Amino acid sequence: MKIKLIDIAHGRSGDKGDSANVGIIAYNKEGYEIIKKYLTAEKVKSYFEGICLGEVERFELPNLLALNFILHNTLGGGGTISLKLDAQGKTLAAALLRMELVVNQ
Amino acid sequence: MKEKIKIASGQGFWGDLIEAPYWQVINGDVDYLVMDYLAEVTMSILQKQKNKNPKLGYAKDIPELMRRILPVCKEKNIKVITNGGGVNPIACAEAVLEVSKNIGIKDLKIGVVLGDNILDNVETIISSGCELNNMESNESINIIKDKLLSANVYFGAEPIVDALKLGADIVITGRTTDTGLTLAPMIYEFNWDMDNYDLMSLGTIAGHILECGAQSTGGNFLGNWESVENFAQIGFPIAEAYPNGDVIITKHKNLGGKVSFDTVAEQLLYEIGNPKDYITPDCVADFSSVELEDLGDNRVLMKNVKGFPPTKFYKVSCSYFYGYSAVGSLTYSWPKALTKAKRADQILRERLKNLGLTFEEIRTEFVGLNSCHGPLVKIPNEDEINEIMLRVAVRSKDYNSVERFGREIAPLILTGPPSVTGFAGGRPKPAEVVAYWPALIPKVLVKPEVKILS
Repeated sequence: MKIKLIDIAHGRSGDKGDSANVGIIAYNKEGYEIIKKYLTAEKVKSYFEGICLGEVERFELPNLLALNFILHNTLGGGGTISLKLDAQGKTLAAALLRMELVVNQ
Repeated sequence: MKEKIKIASGQGFWGDLIEAPYWQVINGDVDYLVMDYLAEVTMSILQKQKNKNPKLGYAKDIPELMRRILPVCKEKNIKVITNGGGVNPIACAEAVLEVSKNIGIKDLKIGVVLGDNILDNVETIISSGCELNNMESNESINIIKDKLLSANVYFGAEPIVDALKLGADIVITGRTTDTGLTLAPMIYEFNWDMDNYDLMSLGTIAGHILECGAQSTGGNFLGNWESVENFAQIGFPIAEAYPNGDVIITKHKNLGGKVSFDTVAEQLLYEIGNPKDYITPDCVADFSSVELEDLGDNRVLMKNVKGFPPTKFYKVSCSYFYGYSAVGSLTYSWPKALTKAKRADQILRERLKNLGLTFEEIRTEFVGLNSCHGPLVKIPNEDEINEIMLRVAVRSKDYNSVERFGREIAPLILTGPPSVTGFAGGRPKPAEVVAYWPALIPKVLVKPEVKILS
């Protein structure tokens, strides 16, 4: 079964130097179990191919039904050096929410 | 001891909603107004202003804001805490005292926190064995030492608590952590032991929720944002803190916005790294421990935070001159808008190359198509695209290359693909690029200093 991430979660993203942080928050516990199982660091890394040029780290926050991803080497140098329109990665959470997860029922 | 205190956030960055702090003090009872003005680049801008005029170097909005809110703050006994002192907190305090005198407010005590500005002591610090290596690249600061524009230590809540203990009505600091502004009044009012790291972390996390203003009350909310009411008069967050360490995040009833589990959770995740390792001068907070409970009616309870002792270091934020950048844009319309924009980009790049200009990077984005999500975007059938804004940005150490780039945009209108518009803004001007250099310094090498002006 395919699930659109945007149907089960929301999130927020921002910058930490040249890394972006993308927080994804499930709307309920079932949603959290799905993202915890299927939204792996590897999947996020390959999804952001061409944008995230470094590693992806993943952290779990079960208290917020959330995962936090750190996308290294992503913002074109970061801060004031970056030439990107979205130099702070503000729209990357929305980009990730567009992902479809293939879920085993 | 008070049974509870209300701490209101009035500003999430320098440039935030100007009316917000005024709304916070007039629309209900609060005990503290806290305002974060400083981003990493802000310090270098302020330092430049101070270099030109020794009476500047702080957030210039503050005196005018104080003129509006001081009478209310005095009447309601609201204390104000801000890091908007920038690189010149004394001048900021003097300007506020001047304003208070003009509007007839007497007996105002302003606590000023100093000692964070280490720009003039960098040599001494290096010779004492602290290399101020870049936290990310581990390079020594010696490679950029001659280009330094600002260097500031992030202090925590402690010096603000000291200022409050000395009777300050207003506390103006230099580079204090955003979270310390909110934690300090809790420590002061409830006599919290600063070695109680669970409480320090609770107040720190409350500070994180407040530090970006309305970003926790419905602003930039990626959940059900269309359910947020009255954005036009959005209420900024208020932390209602209790001595036992419970904090309720809320807002004034008569202002807009929304406080829910979802809006608060989004802000908790904003710009954090490892959630178990949120390091401040006051503690190391564990964001994965906080329990949130949506009480309804725009009230969210947070409690049971776990915290750990702080490290032996302060973070240092330095900025240095890096080079120049410029951004130019032109808009192409149907038919074949994207093909035209791509062709114009090629022509521009060829001309820049023929001129022998040197750039570290030339970046092209197609606004309206993929500037936000780049390669993730599925390109639609070109006939469905009505218009594309070509945005080209360059960066170089060489001023002349960037300046000449700025003169190569407009010619494309008459010398390139057709149906092009959008050059009303004139030639792109080279902007100075100021880069950021994060480092650590042993706490024993710097000491915050608190002064009372009245």
